Formats: sequence, structure tokens, C-alpha cells
Amino acid sequence: MSPAGAPCPHCGYENRPGELTCNLCGAVLAHEAKAAAPLTAAPAGAPQPGARAATLRPASAPASLSPAMPEPRRNFFVEITANKRRSILLFGAVAGLLILLGAVIGEAAEPHGWPVGLGFAALAAVAIGLTSYLQGSAIILAASGARPVAREEEPQLYNVVEEMAIAAGLPAPAVYLIEDTAPNAFATGRDPSHAAITVTRGLLDKLNREELQGVIGHEMSHVRNLDVRYSMLVAILVGSIVLFCDTFLRSLRFGRTGRNERGAWPFVLLALLLATIAPIFATLLQMAISRRRESLADVSGVQLTRNPIGLANALAKIAGDPAPLEAANRATQHLYIVNPVKVFGMDASALMSTHPPTEERIRILRSMA
Amino acid sequence: MAGWILLGIVVVLLLWSTVSYNALVGLRNQVKNAWNQIDVQLKRRYDLIPNLVEVVKGYMSFEQETLQKVIQARSMAMQAQGPRAQAEAEGMLTGALKSLFALVESYPDLKANQNVSRLQEELTSTENKIAFARQFYNDSVMGYNNAIQMFPSNFIAGMFQFKAEEFFHIPEAEKAAVKVSLR
Repeated sequence: MSPAGAPCPHCGYENRPGELTCNLCGAVLAHEAKAAAPLTAAPAGAPQPGARAATLRPASAPASLSPAMPEPRRNFFVEITANKRRSILLFGAVAGLLILLGAVIGEAAEPHGWPVGLGFAALAAVAIGLTSYLQGSAIILAASGARPVAREEEPQLYNVVEEMAIAAGLPAPAVYLIEDTAPNAFATGRDPSHAAITVTRGLLDKLNREELQGVIGHEMSHVRNLDVRYSMLVAILVGSIVLFCDTFLRSLRFGRTGRNERGAWPFVLLALLLATIAPIFATLLQMAISRRRESLADVSGVQLTRNPIGLANALAKIAGDPAPLEAANRATQHLYIVNPVKVFGMDASALMSTHPPTEERIRILRSMA
Repeated sequence: MAGWILLGIVVVLLLWSTVSYNALVGLRNQVKNAWNQIDVQLKRRYDLIPNLVEVVKGYMSFEQETLQKVIQARSMAMQAQGPRAQAEAEGMLTGALKSLFALVESYPDLKANQNVSRLQEELTSTENKIAFARQFYNDSVMGYNNAIQMFPSNFIAGMFQFKAEEFFHIPEAEKAAVKVSLR
């Protein structure tokens, strides 16, 4: 491997050829760079003494992944199609779970009661759906402390947003700014004509034009893929499942007033089991969908910029930045381009994380270059 | 009974044809609109250049030749007839602008000038917008061509004479200029 464009062994930032120290973290870019495979995740379950302690593993550990062997080149058209398919499958799984739950709990409540249960499940979904739809993205923007910026204030940001809107063939979204030194960004809005892209002051200060373009391309892809509406839909379904199960379990505990009869005992047992595990399962699916949409936005963002390195470097900079984002919390963390609540380098293969591991995202982006 | 089935098939076919036809018209219009978007950005570049030349002129009295080239390329691009000639002239204009920006780098006074840096950002962005508008045009052409060539919508396309559109090819001279970045 030639030193040209070799990623920094410490943080993974893609430096220009000939640089002696990393442009991002300042680590010395020696020739051992070729021995390090900083962005390859170790195979799960493989016993690795000491691997826990080291955030970035030495290359010697995963012997199966030869660092000299380049990743197969990825094509973003293929990636986008595969991503969409997986998203649809996941969404189907959540919706199916809700329907199954409704039917089983209905049948458990009384013989031949499954249509009633199904109806209640659907009703819960619609009720939660309407409330979230009417709230809109204004609340998210206000809660994050974002304010609209004028073109004269940030001409370059406006230009980059317009460039990406042209590349996506969409109307230019509104532009919002959060006065925070931590670099991050997110997109809101139920459809492309009501969309807004929000960035932090830190993002503008710390990223160069190419990297900013990568980030805005990612956010524009969220807008184009209707991700905000999609994740809202999923949240509604998951919320309905949780609500429905809670109601059922509570009704069991306090006993039913009026009629004393219940459905056949196998249904009651099955309903109990389902009501206990369904909320957990639904939340896991929701997180899986969130991660899926993030990688989809990464690759379709590259379809807009045709420059995977810009986004890869931006992700490395954002994730590597030590400043915490004050405005972010558990309710809004899934919106941001890099989860502001988590720490970089954490093994985010965890099932409950909203984003794929940043190292993994960077590795995929690099392989498209 | 058989009559009803036949009627059902006819109705379904008619519905499908309508939907398919409308989708094709939508895609064709998207291609046209995408082409117009390129022109909008090209026009914007013509409008920005005189401003830049005006600001830069005072500082760069020695570099009249480069400025002349930019002005000349601009008027040639504006007058060019036909897509091929236009693409060539636009490529030359991009090249001339690039050499002007390279020169600006060697004038510290000029680089520090707020007007110049603002114009430079605007022109850089316009270059990008031209490139992205062309990219979107090509994406639209691909979507449209796929639709009229793929089964089963190709039947509708053939029936109503939808013709494949041509991709925009970036002239060789301009390829290097697509990635303009200010670092």
C-alpha cells in the first residue's frame, strides 16, 4: 500500500499524500500505517486478550482480514437498492408484529375476540400517528435550540445546501443553525417541500467545503428518502405495540370488570408471552431500522456528491470531536448524522444503538472511493 | 361469466396503461426540467463573471491577458449555437476561470479582499451547481430511458412514441474542473 491517501492509524482521517502528521488528530503518520487496519471490526466472539481495553485494535488480531487486501469496490446503486429492500423488510416485521399481537391478545381476552383486538391495535396506531403528525418538526427544531439563518450570514452553507438540492432535484430546504461548538447536523420535515437542514456552528468551523458537502449530501438524502416520515411511522408502530401490551398486562393484573370468561388458556399464555417480549423486540427492530436508514443516507449521499471521501473525513472529524452537543438528548439523538450521545470508538454493534458504528460507516464509504 | 372476466381484464389493462403513460410523461418532463436547470446555472455564471472581472481588474493590471481570456470565453459561450459547440465553449470558460483563480492565489491583497472571496465562493458554487445539474440531468435521463426500455412499460412507450433521451457528456477539457474546492 502506498502512503498516498492512507488513513491515519489513530483516527482514520484520510490525509493527503505526503503528510507527516495527521491533519485531524496530530498522530504521526509513519509507515507502520500499512500494518494497521484501524477500521476493520474484529469478528464477533473471537477471543481477543486485551482487545477490550484498546479502542483501536492492532492489525495483528483479525488474521482473516489481511490489511493489504483492498475492499471490494462498492457501487452505490446496488447499495441503495439493497438498503431499501432491508428497510421494507424491517418495516413489514414491525407492522406484522402489531397485527399478530392485536389478534392474539384479542383471542386471549375472549373466544373469537381477535377482530376486536386487531381493531384496537389499529386504533392505537392511528391515535398515536395523528398526535405525532400534528406536532411536526417545529418542536424538534425549537427543542434543539435551532434558529433559521439568512443567506447573507452563511453564504457558503447556503450554496452547499443549494448544490445538494440541485443534485437531488428537490426544492432547497430551509437552513437552521445551532450555536454549539460540537460539529453535527440533522434533517427534519415530513416531505421535501417542508424540509429543513440544521447544522451546528462547530460543523461550519471545523469542516472544509468538501466535507461540509458530504454532510449536507447525507442530510439531503434523508429528505429525499422520506426518512423523517418513515422513522416517525416506525416510532408510531412501536409506540402502539408498547401501549397495547401495557394495556393488556394491566388488564390482567387488575382483573376484568364485568365478564369473567377468558379465551382458551393457550391463547392467554401466548398473549402473556408476546406482551412481555414484543415491546423489547419492537424497540430492537426500530433501532435496526434507524441504523439501516443511516447507512442508506450515507450511500445515497454519495450518489449526490460522487465523493465518498468527503463524507468519510467529515464523519471522522465529527465523531472524533471531544466537544459535547448540549442540545442533543435521548429523544433527538437518532436524528443527527453522528449520534451525539455516544462516544467514538465504542463497539456500537450493540443492538440498541441508533447508528451503525462510525468506523464501519467510514470503512464502507472508503471502499466506494 | 366469461364476459365479466374479459371486461375485468380490459379495465385492469386500461388502468395500468393510464398509470404507466402518466409516469412516462412525468419522467420526460423531469428530463426537460433538469436540462433547463443547467441553463439557469450557466446563465448565473455569465452574470457573475463581469462582477469578478470588475473587482479584480484594479489589482491585476499585469494580467490583462488572463482577464481577456475569461471575457472572451464568456462571450463565446453565450453566443455558441448547438449543444456540442456550447459544451465546448463552456469548457473553455471553466478553464479560463480556473486559471484566473489560480492567479488570484498569488495576490495576497486580492485574496484578502472581501468582495473577491465572496465572488470566488459564488463562482465555485456555481461551477458545482452546473456540475450537479448535469449529474441530475443524466440521472433523470437514465430513469426515463430505463422506463421506456424496460418491460412492461416499453409497450406504452412504443405505442405513444416516447424516444430515448441523450446523456450529457462532459467535454474532456472540462473533466478536471468538476471538482473545484477551496482549501
